[in-house]
Amino acid sequence: MSTTLILIQVLNGLQLGVILFLIAAGLTLVFGVMGFINLAHGVQYMLGAYLAVWLYGATGSFIAAFLLALPLALVLGLVLEFLVFRHLYARDHLSQVLATFGVILFLNQLVEVIFGPAALTVEVPQFLDWSFELVPGLLYPAYRVALIVAGLLVAAALWYVITRTRVGMLIRAGATNPEMVSALGVNVRQLFLVVFGFGAMLAGLAGVLAAPVFSVEPGMGDDLLIVAFVVIIIGGAGSIRGAFVAALLVGLVDTLGRTLVTDGLRLAMDASAANQIGPAIASMLIYVLMALVLFWRPEGLFAAKVTR
Amino acid sequence: MTKKALLTAASLVALGQAAAAEVKVGMVVTLSGPPAALGQQAVDGFQLALDELGGTLGGEPAELIVEDDELKPDVALTKANSLIESEEVDFVVGTIFSNMLQAIFRPITESETFLISPNAGPSTFAGRNCNPYFFVTSYQNNQNAEVMGAYAQNAGLSNVFLIAPNYQAGRDNLEGFRMHYEGEIAGEVYVPLDHQDFSAEIARIATSDADAVFAFTPGGLGVRFVRQFDDAGLSDRIQFMSVFTTDETTLPAQQDAAEGFIAAGNWAPDTDNEASQAFVAAFEEEFGYVPGGYAMQAYDAAKLIDSAVAAVGGDLSDKDALRAALEAADFQSLRGDFSFSANHYPVQDFYQLTVAQRDDGAWVTSMGELVFDDYADSFAEECSM
Repeated sequence: MSTTLILIQVLNGLQLGVILFLIAAGLTLVFGVMGFINLAHGVQYMLGAYLAVWLYGATGSFIAAFLLALPLALVLGLVLEFLVFRHLYARDHLSQVLATFGVILFLNQLVEVIFGPAALTVEVPQFLDWSFELVPGLLYPAYRVALIVAGLLVAAALWYVITRTRVGMLIRAGATNPEMVSALGVNVRQLFLVVFGFGAMLAGLAGVLAAPVFSVEPGMGDDLLIVAFVVIIIGGAGSIRGAFVAALLVGLVDTLGRTLVTDGLRLAMDASAANQIGPAIASMLIYVLMALVLFWRPEGLFAAKVTR
Repeated sequence: MTKKALLTAASLVALGQAAAAEVKVGMVVTLSGPPAALGQQAVDGFQLALDELGGTLGGEPAELIVEDDELKPDVALTKANSLIESEEVDFVVGTIFSNMLQAIFRPITESETFLISPNAGPSTFAGRNCNPYFFVTSYQNNQNAEVMGAYAQNAGLSNVFLIAPNYQAGRDNLEGFRMHYEGEIAGEVYVPLDHQDFSAEIARIATSDADAVFAFTPGGLGVRFVRQFDDAGLSDRIQFMSVFTTDETTLPAQQDAAEGFIAAGNWAPDTDNEASQAFVAAFEEEFGYVPGGYAMQAYDAAKLIDSAVAAVGGDLSDKDALRAALEAADFQSLRGDFSFSANHYPVQDFYQLTVAQRDDGAWVTSMGELVFDDYADSFAEECSM
């Protein structure tokens, strides 16, 4: 286990963390501010990736596809809000889970009908199609570095919006005590719409950014959604700061765990047993982390909600 | 509806069945979700053979009923039961995935209906649990990996890094690779079945002194791994060998990222015999994409049924005669030599394949050297029937 390998894994962990953050940011706001469980949030990530496939194909430019995909992801999110989610805010969590799960099934099937079931790919844009040589013989794609930078920029912008603007103040207030915000004459419905569209757009952005790295296929958001929920539980529902810290934490623990656990076990037992047990333990690590956080801080690391 | 009307309806249905085709074939393959492309290849391959035979099998009018198992064992079981109970098919052709085969195997073989697998060839039914009603036109699942290991050994590769998803088939394939390969193992990594980002594994490979990688990463897993492997600049210095990773279903998405990558198989679209060339041309003309092994094996399954039905003169009631006719494998396989082992799994030649771009721009696997001549699987001797 060399230091270079660990360095590379840290970069990889950051990259996973950044994508998780973009998905979890929207999810934590929707959950924290509106108390709404949106299982279909992962689908919006998938839609972003498919928008990238479609728009990149149609325009031939990644930048154009990127710039067009964001408003379209926003519109798709708002359409879903208008058609489905709006009618669920007053319902209990079970109805929300059932209905948004239905949206997952419907949209996964829809993209399969439109784009086919096979995995699609998006080419890395020309201007980022080069690599750093991290160690002799191993190239680290520039696009992945750009992805990390883009994610951090979005995080900074979000931090600014949430802490320094009026909308951000309302969102924070809404996450802490929605009844009071409503009582003070703020149009909560409108606030919800803003939060929702914003969250959908961030998930779409994650999809667009991830498309050139991962394969684009129906259901690609479903697994990430579960991890995104782990992130918001660790970070504390409604807290963007919590989502950021937790996303990076989960990204790093997951990536480093996959390397270190098996290697660590090899020191203690024979290789084939380590190969059997290592991946199983590594895939549990983030849930163990979640359990520990829940044990010590049941409300999450940076809970926004006041205890009531 | 009155009782009389019901009876009339029932007799009408019975009449309809009596008037239907002489040979009924039910197909259970995966046609939804990401692996749907594999099932589609099998359906199209079988259909093409049926079209060429003018809608007959063994000279008798034939009917094909296609069912989607949705990659869910319970769905596969329901569909299989409906095929044997209400449709009363003479043959079931399926499945693509081994776990689907496990689900439908018992009800079909116990109903004494012949089950012919166009792809799944698990070890479970190759050894002691071999069955007189079960035939395979593909391979025993581990064989491609065994061939790849033998190739690596012959090619003088001495330090290979192994990677596969963390489930039974993943372990079986890595085990298969080790059967004939005797060099060093630079590392062995198991990833989740839905693994997205391979950069952690790629970093390990790059820092491991391996001269080659052996991967079993089917479907979307392979699309991601191959592209990320190539993006990391490893293609030039580490030989990429794989099974079920770079085939005609994944190459449309991998394209030049997989150029020069090596695979193992029993056939490639450029297999040099007249029947195969004609099949590929007709398939591309009809369906607009390049057929892979899945299509070829289903086509062969159709031709196998055709030969057996013809041999018994259309009399499907004598199961022993029909079985003997199937065992004879008296048909022209697209891959050339083909016969059945004692366990009804194929004895066939295996080749090393190389990913290359065809003149018309399509990315395909291309025939390389012959690795095994008339290769049978290692479980056949445990089978007694």
